[in-house]
Amino acid sequence: MAEAKVAPRPLSPHLQIYRWSWTMAMSVAHRITGVALYGGIALFAIWLVALASGPSAFDNVQWFFGSPLGYLVLFGYTWILMHHMLGGVRHLVWDFGHGMEAAQRINMARFTLVGSVALTLAIWVVAFLAF
Amino acid sequence: MAQFTLPKNSQYTEGKAWPKPAGASNVQEFRIYRWNPDDGANPRIDTYYVDRDDCGPMVLDALLWIKNNVDSTLVFRRSCREGICGSCAMNIMGGNTLACTLGIDDCGSDTIKIYPLPHMPVLKDLVPDLTSFFAQHAAIEPWLQTQTAEPETEWRQTPEERSKLDGLYECILCACCTTSCPSYWWNGDRFLGPAALLQAYRWLIDSRDESTGERLDNLHDPFRLYRCHTIMNCANTCPKGLNPAKAIAEIKKMMIARAV
Repeated sequence: MAEAKVAPRPLSPHLQIYRWSWTMAMSVAHRITGVALYGGIALFAIWLVALASGPSAFDNVQWFFGSPLGYLVLFGYTWILMHHMLGGVRHLVWDFGHGMEAAQRINMARFTLVGSVALTLAIWVVAFLAF
Repeated sequence: MAQFTLPKNSQYTEGKAWPKPAGASNVQEFRIYRWNPDDGANPRIDTYYVDRDDCGPMVLDALLWIKNNVDSTLVFRRSCREGICGSCAMNIMGGNTLACTLGIDDCGSDTIKIYPLPHMPVLKDLVPDLTSFFAQHAAIEPWLQTQTAEPETEWRQTPEERSKLDGLYECILCACCTTSCPSYWWNGDRFLGPAALLQAYRWLIDSRDESTGERLDNLHDPFRLYRCHTIMNCANTCPKGLNPAKAIAEIKKMMIARAV
Protein backbone atom coordinates (compact mmCIF):
# COMPACT_ATOMS: atom_id res chain seq x y z
CA MET A 1 0.00 0.00 0.00
CA ALA A 2 1.28 3.43 -0.89
CA GLU A 3 2.37 5.57 2.04
CA ALA A 4 -0.22 8.26 2.77
CA LYS A 5 1.31 11.72 2.57
CA VAL A 6 0.25 13.94 5.46
CA ALA A 7 0.98 17.64 5.49
CA PRO A 8 2.58 18.97 8.70
CA ARG A 9 -0.26 19.95 10.99
CA PRO A 10 -0.81 23.65 11.59
CA LEU A 11 -1.06 25.04 15.11
CA SER A 12 -4.50 26.47 15.80
CA PRO A 13 -4.58 30.22 16.56
CA HIS A 14 -4.32 31.16 20.25
CA LEU A 15 -3.31 34.64 21.46
CA GLN A 16 -4.41 35.98 18.08
CA ILE A 17 -8.05 35.05 18.64
CA TYR A 18 -8.58 34.47 22.38
CA ARG A 19 -10.93 36.92 24.07
CA TRP A 20 -9.24 38.90 26.83
CA SER A 21 -10.62 38.63 30.33
CA TRP A 22 -9.77 40.71 33.39
CA THR A 23 -7.96 37.84 35.09
CA MET A 24 -5.90 37.08 31.98
CA ALA A 25 -5.02 40.74 31.41
CA MET A 26 -3.99 41.30 35.03
CA SER A 27 -1.93 38.12 35.01
CA VAL A 28 0.00 39.42 32.00
CA ALA A 29 0.31 42.84 33.66
CA HIS A 30 1.63 41.18 36.82
CA ARG A 31 4.36 39.45 34.81
CA ILE A 32 5.29 42.64 32.92
CA THR A 33 5.37 44.79 36.08
CA GLY A 34 7.46 42.12 37.78
CA VAL A 35 10.08 42.40 35.04
CA ALA A 36 9.85 46.21 35.10
CA LEU A 37 10.64 46.20 38.83
CA TYR A 38 14.20 45.18 37.93
CA GLY A 39 14.45 48.56 36.16
CA GLY A 40 12.94 50.27 39.18
CA ILE A 41 15.43 48.77 41.60
CA ALA A 42 18.19 49.92 39.22
CA LEU A 43 16.92 53.50 39.69
CA PHE A 44 17.27 53.06 43.43
CA ALA A 45 20.76 51.61 42.99
CA ILE A 46 21.80 54.55 40.80
CA TRP A 47 20.62 56.94 43.49
CA LEU A 48 22.56 55.07 46.21
CA VAL A 49 25.73 54.84 44.11
CA ALA A 50 25.52 58.57 43.44
CA LEU A 51 25.05 59.17 47.16
CA ALA A 52 28.23 57.21 47.87
CA SER A 53 30.18 58.85 45.04
CA GLY A 54 30.08 62.40 46.31
CA PRO A 55 28.16 65.68 46.17
CA SER A 56 28.44 66.43 42.46
CA ALA A 57 27.26 62.99 41.33
CA PHE A 58 24.44 63.12 43.85
CA ASP A 59 23.41 66.59 42.66
CA ASN A 60 23.24 65.34 39.08
CA VAL A 61 21.03 62.39 40.00
CA GLN A 62 18.85 64.57 42.22
CA TRP A 63 18.50 67.02 39.34
CA PHE A 64 17.39 64.24 37.00
CA PHE A 65 14.85 62.78 39.44
CA GLY A 66 13.51 66.31 40.00
CA SER A 67 13.13 67.04 36.28
CA PRO A 68 9.79 66.47 34.48
CA LEU A 69 11.16 63.31 32.85
CA GLY A 70 12.45 62.10 36.23
CA TYR A 71 9.04 62.68 37.79
CA LEU A 72 7.43 60.72 34.98
CA VAL A 73 9.83 57.81 35.49
CA LEU A 74 9.31 57.82 39.27
CA PHE A 75 5.53 58.09 38.85
CA GLY A 76 5.59 55.11 36.49
CA TYR A 77 7.78 53.15 38.90
CA THR A 78 5.35 53.89 41.73
CA TRP A 79 2.44 52.55 39.70
CA ILE A 80 4.38 49.44 38.64
CA LEU A 81 5.32 48.77 42.26
CA MET A 82 1.73 49.25 43.50
CA HIS A 83 0.30 47.12 40.69
CA HIS A 84 2.72 44.29 41.38
CA MET A 85 2.12 44.53 45.12
CA LEU A 86 -1.68 44.34 44.78
CA GLY A 87 -1.24 41.55 42.23
CA GLY A 88 0.90 39.69 44.75
CA VAL A 89 -1.75 40.10 47.44
CA ARG A 90 -4.42 38.88 45.00
CA HIS A 91 -2.38 35.79 44.21
CA LEU A 92 -1.77 35.18 47.91
CA VAL A 93 -5.52 35.23 48.55
CA TRP A 94 -6.08 32.88 45.62
CA ASP A 95 -3.33 30.56 46.86
CA PHE A 96 -5.40 30.16 50.03
CA GLY A 97 -8.30 29.08 47.80
CA HIS A 98 -10.38 32.20 48.53
CA GLY A 99 -12.04 34.64 46.13
CA MET A 100 -12.08 32.22 43.20
CA GLU A 101 -15.79 32.31 42.33
CA ALA A 102 -16.80 34.00 39.08
CA ALA A 103 -17.75 37.48 40.33
CA GLN A 104 -15.03 37.52 43.01
CA ARG A 105 -12.14 36.68 40.71
CA ILE A 106 -13.15 39.28 38.11
CA ASN A 107 -13.65 41.97 40.76
CA MET A 108 -10.31 41.16 42.39
CA ALA A 109 -8.56 41.47 39.03
CA ARG A 110 -10.30 44.79 38.37
CA PHE A 111 -9.35 46.02 41.83
CA THR A 112 -5.67 45.38 41.03
CA LEU A 113 -5.86 48.00 38.30
CA VAL A 114 -8.16 50.50 40.01
CA GLY A 115 -6.44 50.12 43.38
CA SER A 116 -2.94 50.50 41.94
CA VAL A 117 -3.88 53.75 40.18
CA ALA A 118 -5.59 55.07 43.32
CA LEU A 119 -2.64 54.13 45.57
CA THR A 120 -0.17 55.71 43.16
CA LEU A 121 -2.10 58.98 43.05
CA ALA A 122 -2.47 58.93 46.86
CA ILE A 123 1.27 58.42 47.37
CA TRP A 124 2.09 61.34 45.08
CA VAL A 125 -0.49 63.65 46.59
CA VAL A 126 0.86 62.88 50.06
CA ALA A 127 4.46 63.31 48.83
CA PHE A 128 3.70 66.73 47.34
CA LEU A 129 1.79 67.89 50.40
CA ALA A 130 4.41 66.63 52.87
CA PHE A 131 7.61 67.67 51.09
CA MET B 1 10.46 29.78 25.39
CA ALA B 2 6.96 30.74 24.48
CA GLN B 3 6.34 31.58 20.85
CA PHE B 4 3.56 34.16 20.71
CA THR B 5 3.13 34.15 16.93
CA LEU B 6 1.91 31.36 14.69
CA PRO B 7 4.41 29.27 12.74
CA LYS B 8 4.55 29.96 9.02
CA ASN B 9 2.42 26.97 8.02
CA SER B 10 -0.26 27.96 10.55
CA GLN B 11 -0.88 31.57 9.54
CA TYR B 12 -4.37 31.81 8.14
CA THR B 13 -5.57 33.76 5.15
CA GLU B 14 -8.89 35.00 3.83
CA GLY B 15 -10.81 32.09 2.34
CA LYS B 16 -13.89 31.62 0.29
CA ALA B 17 -17.17 33.50 0.75
CA TRP B 18 -19.96 31.00 0.20
CA PRO B 19 -23.23 32.20 -1.40
CA LYS B 20 -26.04 33.52 0.77
CA PRO B 21 -29.12 31.29 0.97
CA ALA B 22 -31.56 32.34 -1.73
CA GLY B 23 -34.72 34.05 -0.56
CA ALA B 24 -33.73 34.11 3.13
CA SER B 25 -34.62 37.25 5.07
CA ASN B 26 -33.06 36.35 8.43
CA VAL B 27 -29.39 35.60 7.74
CA GLN B 28 -26.50 35.11 10.18
CA GLU B 29 -22.88 35.38 9.04
CA PHE B 30 -20.27 32.85 10.21
CA ARG B 31 -16.50 33.06 9.76
CA ILE B 32 -15.02 29.59 10.16
CA TYR B 33 -11.44 28.28 10.27
CA ARG B 34 -10.68 25.75 7.55
CA TRP B 35 -7.66 23.56 6.96
CA ASN B 36 -7.40 20.59 4.66
CA PRO B 37 -4.38 18.26 5.04
CA ASP B 38 -4.71 17.16 1.41
CA ASP B 39 -4.24 20.45 -0.48
CA GLY B 40 -1.00 21.62 1.15
CA ALA B 41 -2.30 25.17 1.57
CA ASN B 42 -2.31 27.30 4.72
CA PRO B 43 -5.43 27.51 6.87
CA ARG B 44 -8.07 29.96 5.71
CA ILE B 45 -11.20 31.63 7.06
CA ASP B 46 -14.34 30.88 5.06
CA THR B 47 -17.49 32.98 5.27
CA TYR B 48 -20.89 31.28 5.43
CA TYR B 49 -24.43 32.61 5.64
CA VAL B 50 -27.06 30.67 7.54
CA ASP B 51 -30.83 31.01 7.06
CA ARG B 52 -31.97 31.45 10.67
CA ASP B 53 -35.59 30.68 9.77
CA ASP B 54 -34.52 27.22 8.58
CA CYS B 55 -32.00 26.48 11.36
CA GLY B 56 -32.10 25.45 15.03
CA PRO B 57 -31.11 27.87 17.82
CA MET B 58 -27.61 26.66 18.73
CA VAL B 59 -24.23 27.26 17.10
CA LEU B 60 -23.98 23.50 16.49
CA ASP B 61 -27.31 23.66 14.61
CA ALA B 62 -25.78 26.32 12.36
CA LEU B 63 -22.68 24.19 11.71
CA LEU B 64 -24.89 21.24 10.80
CA TRP B 65 -27.02 23.51 8.61
CA ILE B 66 -23.90 24.64 6.75
CA LYS B 67 -22.71 21.06 6.33
CA ASN B 68 -26.13 19.94 5.05
CA ASN B 69 -26.96 22.92 2.84
CA VAL B 70 -23.82 24.81 1.83
CA ASP B 71 -20.53 22.95 2.19
CA SER B 72 -20.46 19.24 2.98
CA THR B 73 -16.64 19.32 3.37
CA LEU B 74 -16.78 21.30 6.64
CA VAL B 75 -15.40 19.02 9.37
CA PHE B 76 -16.13 19.18 13.11
CA ARG B 77 -16.74 16.75 15.97
CA ARG B 78 -20.21 16.41 17.46
CA SER B 79 -22.28 13.75 19.11
CA CYS B 80 -24.77 14.28 21.93
CA ARG B 81 -25.94 17.86 21.13
CA GLU B 82 -26.74 18.37 24.82
CA GLY B 83 -23.47 19.29 26.50
CA ILE B 84 -22.52 15.93 27.98
CA CYS B 85 -20.15 14.33 25.45
CA GLY B 86 -17.73 17.24 25.04
CA SER B 87 -17.13 16.54 21.35
CA CYS B 88 -18.11 19.91 19.87
CA ALA B 89 -15.70 21.98 22.01
CA MET B 90 -14.32 24.84 19.91
CA ASN B 91 -13.39 28.50 20.12
CA ILE B 92 -16.48 30.61 19.43
CA MET B 93 -16.31 34.42 19.62
CA GLY B 94 -12.89 34.17 21.28
CA GLY B 95 -13.91 31.83 24.10
CA ASN B 96 -13.78 28.05 24.32
CA THR B 97 -17.14 26.41 24.74
CA LEU B 98 -19.47 23.73 23.41
CA ALA B 99 -21.18 24.62 20.13
CA CYS B 100 -24.25 22.66 21.21
CA THR B 101 -24.97 24.62 24.39
CA LEU B 102 -24.23 28.11 23.05
CA GLY B 103 -27.16 29.88 21.43
CA ILE B 104 -26.57 31.77 18.19
CA ASP B 105 -28.42 34.75 19.71
CA ASP B 106 -26.19 34.59 22.81
CA CYS B 107 -23.13 35.26 20.65
CA GLY B 108 -24.58 38.74 20.19
CA SER B 109 -22.70 39.45 16.99
CA ASP B 110 -23.41 40.03 13.30
CA THR B 111 -20.40 37.84 12.55
CA ILE B 112 -19.80 34.70 14.57
CA LYS B 113 -16.16 33.60 14.44
CA ILE B 114 -15.31 29.96 15.00
CA TYR B 115 -11.83 28.44 15.40
CA PRO B 116 -10.59 25.07 16.64
CA LEU B 117 -9.53 24.83 20.31
CA PRO B 118 -6.48 27.13 20.64
CA HIS B 119 -2.80 26.14 20.35
CA MET B 120 -3.42 22.56 19.29
CA PRO B 121 -2.28 20.62 16.22
CA VAL B 122 -5.15 20.69 13.71
CA LEU B 123 -6.23 17.45 12.05
CA LYS B 124 -8.77 19.13 9.79
CA ASP B 125 -10.94 22.26 10.01
CA LEU B 126 -12.33 22.45 13.57
CA VAL B 127 -10.88 19.10 14.71
CA PRO B 128 -7.80 19.34 16.95
CA ASP B 129 -5.48 16.47 17.86
CA LEU B 130 -6.26 15.67 21.52
CA THR B 131 -3.81 12.78 21.87
CA SER B 132 -1.55 14.44 24.43
CA PHE B 133 -4.58 15.88 26.28
CA PHE B 134 -5.90 12.37 26.90
CA ALA B 135 -2.41 11.03 27.66
CA GLN B 136 -2.14 13.68 30.39
CA HIS B 137 -5.47 12.55 31.79
CA ALA B 138 -4.18 8.97 31.84
CA ALA B 139 -1.01 10.15 33.59
CA ILE B 140 -2.92 11.13 36.73
CA GLU B 141 -4.29 7.56 36.95
CA PRO B 142 -7.98 8.45 37.09
CA TRP B 143 -9.32 5.42 38.92
CA LEU B 144 -9.88 4.31 42.51
CA GLN B 145 -6.70 2.94 44.08
CA THR B 146 -6.86 0.99 47.34
CA GLN B 147 -4.66 -1.27 49.47
CA THR B 148 -7.15 -2.56 52.05
CA ALA B 149 -9.13 -5.69 51.30
CA GLU B 150 -12.12 -5.14 49.06
CA PRO B 151 -15.38 -4.90 50.99
CA GLU B 152 -18.12 -7.47 50.44
CA THR B 153 -20.32 -4.78 48.91
CA GLU B 154 -19.45 -1.31 47.66
CA TRP B 155 -16.88 1.09 49.11
CA ARG B 156 -18.89 3.21 51.55
CA GLN B 157 -18.89 6.98 51.71
CA THR B 158 -20.77 9.42 53.92
CA PRO B 159 -22.94 12.07 52.23
CA GLU B 160 -20.38 14.68 53.38
CA GLU B 161 -17.48 12.76 51.84
CA ARG B 162 -19.45 12.30 48.64
CA SER B 163 -20.31 16.00 48.46
CA LYS B 164 -16.61 16.82 48.13
CA LEU B 165 -16.75 15.37 44.62
CA ASP B 166 -19.43 17.84 43.53
CA GLY B 167 -18.04 20.34 41.05
CA LEU B 168 -15.40 17.78 40.02
CA TYR B 169 -17.15 14.64 38.80
CA GLU B 170 -19.18 16.68 36.28
CA CYS B 171 -16.11 17.28 34.08
CA ILE B 172 -16.73 15.90 30.58
CA LEU B 173 -13.12 16.22 29.35
CA CYS B 174 -14.05 18.56 26.49
CA ALA B 175 -10.61 20.27 26.75
CA CYS B 176 -12.08 23.79 26.75
CA CYS B 177 -10.21 24.72 29.94
CA THR B 178 -6.86 23.17 29.11
CA THR B 179 -6.72 24.79 25.67
CA SER B 180 -7.73 28.18 27.12
CA CYS B 181 -4.72 28.22 29.44
CA PRO B 182 -1.72 30.34 28.34
CA SER B 183 0.54 28.29 30.61
CA TYR B 184 -0.60 25.21 28.72
CA TRP B 185 -0.05 27.00 25.40
CA TRP B 186 3.60 27.68 26.27
CA ASN B 187 4.36 24.49 28.26
CA GLY B 188 1.73 21.98 27.17
CA ASP B 189 4.35 19.27 26.81
CA ARG B 190 5.18 19.31 30.53
CA PHE B 191 2.33 21.12 32.33
CA LEU B 192 -0.61 18.75 32.85
CA GLY B 193 -3.20 21.48 32.30
CA PRO B 194 -6.40 22.35 34.20
CA ALA B 195 -8.57 19.42 33.06
CA ALA B 196 -6.09 16.72 34.11
CA LEU B 197 -5.37 18.54 37.39
CA LEU B 198 -9.07 18.90 38.22
CA GLN B 199 -9.34 15.15 37.66
CA ALA B 200 -6.27 14.61 39.84
CA TYR B 201 -7.94 16.55 42.66
CA ARG B 202 -11.14 14.56 42.16
CA TRP B 203 -9.17 11.44 43.20
CA LEU B 204 -7.03 13.19 45.82
CA ILE B 205 -10.06 14.14 47.91
CA ASP B 206 -12.03 10.96 47.32
CA SER B 207 -12.40 9.47 50.84
CA ARG B 208 -12.18 5.94 49.41
CA ASP B 209 -8.88 6.45 47.58
CA GLU B 210 -5.73 5.28 49.40
CA SER B 211 -3.03 6.55 47.04
CA THR B 212 -3.15 10.20 48.09
CA GLY B 213 0.56 10.34 48.91
CA GLU B 214 1.64 8.72 45.65
CA ARG B 215 -0.69 10.98 43.70
CA LEU B 216 0.82 14.07 45.33
CA ASP B 217 4.34 12.73 44.70
CA ASN B 218 3.48 12.37 41.03
CA LEU B 219 2.32 15.99 40.84
CA HIS B 220 5.18 17.46 42.88
CA ASP B 221 7.00 18.92 39.92
CA PRO B 222 7.80 22.46 38.75
CA PHE B 223 5.89 21.84 35.54
CA ARG B 224 3.18 19.22 36.01
CA LEU B 225 1.38 21.19 38.74
CA TYR B 226 3.23 24.42 39.39
CA ARG B 227 3.05 25.87 35.87
CA CYS B 228 -0.42 26.99 36.95
CA HIS B 229 -0.12 30.74 37.54
CA THR B 230 -3.80 31.24 38.42
CA ILE B 231 -4.62 33.04 35.18
CA MET B 232 -8.19 31.71 35.62
CA ASN B 233 -9.02 31.33 31.93
CA CYS B 234 -9.97 27.73 32.76
CA ALA B 235 -12.64 28.74 35.26
CA ASN B 236 -13.85 31.60 33.06
CA THR B 237 -14.38 29.33 30.07
CA CYS B 238 -15.63 25.97 31.46
CA PRO B 239 -18.95 25.23 29.69
CA LYS B 240 -20.04 23.13 32.69
CA GLY B 241 -19.42 25.96 35.15
CA LEU B 242 -16.66 24.09 37.00
CA ASN B 243 -13.61 25.69 38.59
CA PRO B 244 -10.34 23.94 37.71
CA ALA B 245 -8.33 26.89 39.08
CA LYS B 246 -9.82 26.29 42.53
CA ALA B 247 -9.13 22.55 42.30
CA ILE B 248 -5.49 23.30 41.46
CA ALA B 249 -5.27 25.75 44.38
CA GLU B 250 -6.57 22.98 46.65
CA ILE B 251 -3.88 20.59 45.37
CA LYS B 252 -1.22 23.21 46.12
CA LYS B 253 -2.67 23.56 49.63
CA MET B 254 -2.48 19.76 50.11
CA MET B 255 1.17 19.89 49.05
CA ILE B 256 1.89 22.51 51.72
CA ALA B 257 -0.23 20.77 54.36
CA ARG B 258 1.73 17.53 54.06
CA ALA B 259 5.08 19.35 54.00
CA VAL B 260 4.62 21.28 57.27
